[in-house]
Amino acid sequence: MEITHTQFKHCDVVKVTGRVDSSTAPLLSEALTKITEAGRYRIVVDMAGLDFISSAGLRALISTQKTCRRYNRGEIVLSGLPANIAATLDLAGFTPLFKIFPDATSAVGNF
Amino acid sequence: MTTLTFPGRFDSLPMIADFVRMSAQEAGLSSFQIYAVETAVDEACANIIEHAYGGEDIGNIECGCVITEKGLTIILRDTGRPFNPENIKNPDLNSSLAERSDHGLGLYFIRQWMDAVDFEFKPGSNTLTMSKFKENQT
Repeated sequence: MEITHTQFKHCDVVKVTGRVDSSTAPLLSEALTKITEAGRYRIVVDMAGLDFISSAGLRALISTQKTCRRYNRGEIVLSGLPANIAATLDLAGFTPLFKIFPDATSAVGNF
Repeated sequence: MTTLTFPGRFDSLPMIADFVRMSAQEAGLSSFQIYAVETAVDEACANIIEHAYGGEDIGNIECGCVITEKGLTIILRDTGRPFNPENIKNPDLNSSLAERSDHGLGLYFIRQWMDAVDFEFKPGSNTLTMSKFKENQT
């Protein structure tokens, strides 16, 4: 798994590639927590290069979504979901909990 | 049957996934089915490390792959704590964000995405046998 973080004026983009499982999910969690701890709550997670996500990865997303949505101060949105990743989110019932955009540019434009 | 033994650590998960993906391809499963099998095996192994062993480096995970006429059967064995699968409730997928639980998804994924799932607990040995059938076989 690789994580690239880019900070924009209105939001942060976290690009995740490779495999998010129980061994790598803590690193994703850490990257997201670093952003929210800096007081920034509008986050795009770009999944275009993601090969695999397990429930451990989903836990990192849901816990950050809870933090971001508190006091209506922001939210995590997702972009570029490959079909398999979209199927996992759907199976977990996560699709209604996140706005989903076709690509990172349109997701950034949402903020 | 090809069986490999991996140390019960989270960084074994990508190697277990490679092994299972290769077997699933050989068994003739479709690309989405291969992904479904990879997910089920990853969740099962993460549960073994986290719950059966209660941590990393406590015991091994034995992973066997059997290619059958119908598809692929995977046999996972550990020597950790047994559990009663019937006591693990399905997560409430319609609950609000605030009420959404962080746990319980793993077993749900396994039950949803595999065609047959069977747990067997004997003293000192827990076995999970699960199968995925080729699309024209289901």
